[in-house]
Amino acid sequence: METLALLGQGLLTAMEPVNLLYAFIGVTLGTAVGVLPGIGPALTVALLLPATYKLDPAGSLIMFAGIYYGGMYGGSTTSILLNTPGESASVVTALEGNKMAKAGRGGPALATAAIGSFVAGLIATLGLAFLAPWVVKFALSFGPAEYFALMVLAFVTVSAAFGDSTLRGLTSLFIGLALGLVGIDQQTGQARLSFGVPDLLDGIEVTTVAVAMFAVGETLSMASATHRLAEKVEAVKGSVWMTLDDWKRSWKAWLRGTFIGFPIGAMPAGGADIASFLSYAAEKNLTKHPQEFGKGAIEGVAGPEAANNASAAGTLVPLLTLGLPTTATAAIMLAGFQQFGLQPGPLLFITSKDLVWGLIASLLVANFMLLVLNLPLIGIWVRLLTIPRPWLYGGILVFATLGTIGANPSPFELGLLLAFGLMGYFLRRYGYPIAPVIVGLILGPMAEQQLRRALAISQGDPSILAGSAISITILLLALFMFLLPIVLRARGRGKVLAQLASDTD
Amino acid sequence: MTGATQKKAPGIDPGVLVIAALLLVAGAVIVWSAWSAPAAGGYARIGPTAAPWAVGSALLLLGAATAVSAFRNSFPEREPQSFPPMLWIVGGLAAQMLLIKPLGFSVATGLLFAATARAFGGGPLWMTIPAGIVFAFLVWIAFSWGLNLNLPAGPLERLL
Repeated sequence: METLALLGQGLLTAMEPVNLLYAFIGVTLGTAVGVLPGIGPALTVALLLPATYKLDPAGSLIMFAGIYYGGMYGGSTTSILLNTPGESASVVTALEGNKMAKAGRGGPALATAAIGSFVAGLIATLGLAFLAPWVVKFALSFGPAEYFALMVLAFVTVSAAFGDSTLRGLTSLFIGLALGLVGIDQQTGQARLSFGVPDLLDGIEVTTVAVAMFAVGETLSMASATHRLAEKVEAVKGSVWMTLDDWKRSWKAWLRGTFIGFPIGAMPAGGADIASFLSYAAEKNLTKHPQEFGKGAIEGVAGPEAANNASAAGTLVPLLTLGLPTTATAAIMLAGFQQFGLQPGPLLFITSKDLVWGLIASLLVANFMLLVLNLPLIGIWVRLLTIPRPWLYGGILVFATLGTIGANPSPFELGLLLAFGLMGYFLRRYGYPIAPVIVGLILGPMAEQQLRRALAISQGDPSILAGSAISITILLLALFMFLLPIVLRARGRGKVLAQLASDTD
Repeated sequence: MTGATQKKAPGIDPGVLVIAALLLVAGAVIVWSAWSAPAAGGYARIGPTAAPWAVGSALLLLGAATAVSAFRNSFPEREPQSFPPMLWIVGGLAAQMLLIKPLGFSVATGLLFAATARAFGGGPLWMTIPAGIVFAFLVWIAFSWGLNLNLPAGPLERLL
């Protein structure tokens, strides 16, 4: 019951007018970027990081979390009406949702997505609130060796476990790790891989790489694609409201989606796209209307949309309690915490109790705001879909460079943006996932520090790394996650994994 | 890295071979930097060069594996690409980088906006350049006054 008291305290923080305003800005921006094809929550948080240097930490973090949740809501609109997913976790929604829209049932499709996201967001945020203190208690006993093992597990799951190729996933990860080496070594002060360039001594900014790969790389990919998909926005015809039958078919799918999505997000097992895919598969197997699947089955929208929201909330469990980001968005949010001198992890729950619980409670508030934004006001968002491409991408690049210049007003930083943008384009073109680069860049230096701390404690004896039951279990789990996809691929199940490829979130 | 469609036939995939070469070069540079760095000799036996050794060696291995893939031609097929739009965007970013100091945020960023719009088949440059500059100028006002962001000012911004 202590959790309820803390959550109540948090609600008081969240209900402060300033924080309500931040949450509102966050969910509005998040919905907008979720709707716009080509920009996702990871990019938006990265763009806003430099703009929030001078704001108050609690407010900024509430805003970032609002963007994350909002992006998950907004993505469904694009999938349903345009058949071009606004973010990767909504790919599955497009399968049934767009068919429903074409059949004139776009309204109920949008409604089941929004209400499903709300139900899932509510349950999963409460799940986060009740699970977090428990994980924190457990994690307080962790030493550097256990943290190192956890990071190894995160590296494996984000790079090798899913996606269509272990080779490309690992290559992306090591590109990120290599970028993370650049700059002054924190323990000895020795400069590494900076080649005498003073601008590189501080290391490579996570935000610059994220903005370059997501905004510039994505824009280059879109501009150079020779045959673009015919983009036709389906008008929302008829009633937005769901019929009794729609409700009956949706509510179980929402709950199933939630219970699939939350654990996947909470364990470092991959992003929301995986959760939504598994939920779709579950609904397809359990449905009483198999003939409708592929032609616009409402369960196929309800389940995956609930799953991707639940998994977004789940991702916050390892991020807040262990400081372990498992998606690109979470990695950039971690950079956001660090910008304010805060280190997520068990100690954060003790030293910045008000901030953490205010943040968790504000997620509940954000969830209510999103329901209002996405049901009665859906018409406004639909109009965003009609922005002409030249203006849209021109605007994206203006804001991308604005974020970079705001963080460090030097032509050198813009040069890095261009270079990493080109790199992002080629990575995408050759089928390399982007998320492992970002996670490797931010988690690499942290893993190195934990490793060196562990070995300093043991005076150089490497057996400390597998010196406790916890670290052995985590390392075995990492090994299992590494071998499982290789076995699955060898057995010809690679297609399924390819569809699970983690991309932007 | 050609723009042509890669047929899924036996043969060497040149684009992948270039990636393999780049990975090998990056791995070699990182390993060399670790090898040539002064030995810091910490008591933990694991100093600032251990991680570069590990990451560099891993990149060398991944580069070798990528080269094998190139010879097996086992990468997924790629869509054909058109290059002029890419050049417009890269040119726009380069122009912004070079001009931001002398001309300020609004003019440099306005050019980037127009070049990007051009890449996506937007209106004529005589229209998009002024539109971009006005847009970037409004953004400059909003962010440098509203959020106290330190954005480079040029002749245009100094008029205010």
